[in-house]
Amino acid sequence: MEKRQFRDYTISLYHQGFLDDQFTELKKLQDECSPDFVAEVVSLFFEDCEKLISNMARALDQTGNVDYKLVGSSVHQLKGSSSSVGAKRVKGLCVTLKECCDSQNYEGCVRCLQQVDIEYKSLKGKLQDLFNLEQQIVQAGGRIPQVDI
Amino acid sequence: MGRETESQFHVLAVDDSLFDRKMIERLLQKSSCQVTTVDSGSKALEFLGLRTADESSHDPNATSTSPETHQEVEINLIITDYCMPGMTGYDLLKKVKESAAFKSIPVVIMSSENVPSRISRCLEEGAEEFFLKPVKLADLTKLKPHMMKTKLKKENEKLTKEENEVSKPEIKEDSTVIEILPLHQELESEQHEPMLSSNKRKAIEEVISTDRSRPKYNDITTSV
Repeated sequence: MEKRQFRDYTISLYHQGFLDDQFTELKKLQDECSPDFVAEVVSLFFEDCEKLISNMARALDQTGNVDYKLVGSSVHQLKGSSSSVGAKRVKGLCVTLKECCDSQNYEGCVRCLQQVDIEYKSLKGKLQDLFNLEQQIVQAGGRIPQVDI
Repeated sequence: MGRETESQFHVLAVDDSLFDRKMIERLLQKSSCQVTTVDSGSKALEFLGLRTADESSHDPNATSTSPETHQEVEINLIITDYCMPGMTGYDLLKKVKESAAFKSIPVVIMSSENVPSRISRCLEEGAEEFFLKPVKLADLTKLKPHMMKTKLKKENEKLTKEENEVSKPEIKEDSTVIEILPLHQELESEQHEPMLSSNKRKAIEEVISTDRSRPKYNDITTSV
């Protein structure tokens, strides 16, 4: 039962565009030597999100004296890590945010940053659900099914 | 340190992002490489022995090691991020290629940005490959031939060096032969080649003084 749930849930995350191929690549790197690799990397990513979004928010708060260079370098980092993790929607929003930043479009930056914040938190919740399903399978003595997208 | 660790490839990965270091480290481990990660170009040079700890940081706790006495770790490949504060991956590439000791080490550049002029500049400067991030496992299979080349080259150099020390009749090598010849043989050869004997003596002294600066291919330690 949990295995089917896990499979269905994983597939839906891909189909709805939350995750892309790169998440599959991440799973390839997990093995007996590094059994928690995906969880560790994902966790690092969410920490990055929190830190970088907060930096950018603070920079944008300085109305009239916004440090667009800082916003630019923060979004560059976030774009990189979201891309490496397979966080498709977050990455897409980072691309838009970068464009707003490059053109110093203040309103655009603020709006976009809000969306990035909402999106990463949403993904965080979904991946948590996915990991919980995994745990249930493992605790029941089963093996995590390989899901082919 | 058994045969197995010695024949594994050792890669030096350079990236200022912790996240990216974790990724590249796992990718390389999964490709059966030994990995050392550093967070800057200057730390990479320090690791290679091209720069002392004093030069790259003003940390009072850093032990200063002079390049000549620094243990040379055998690195089969350097993979570095392009965009880094201070020394960029391109700067690091240049420094490596300018160094007599390390220019034969293949260097690979990674970047999250697809900038054709950047890519060609790096390749022109001697980078073997340019990977777009996120780097995938499949990308790393391209590295094996580059690493094999240097490993084989080094092994051949080691072999020819050993051969030279035993057989080639050049004056420098001759002095090494003198070191291992028993005394009565030395006296015999002196009778036949009187000119050579004084040269031999000079050459012995030369060997003693140059031996220290010769690259120590035999003193390789790999960190496991």
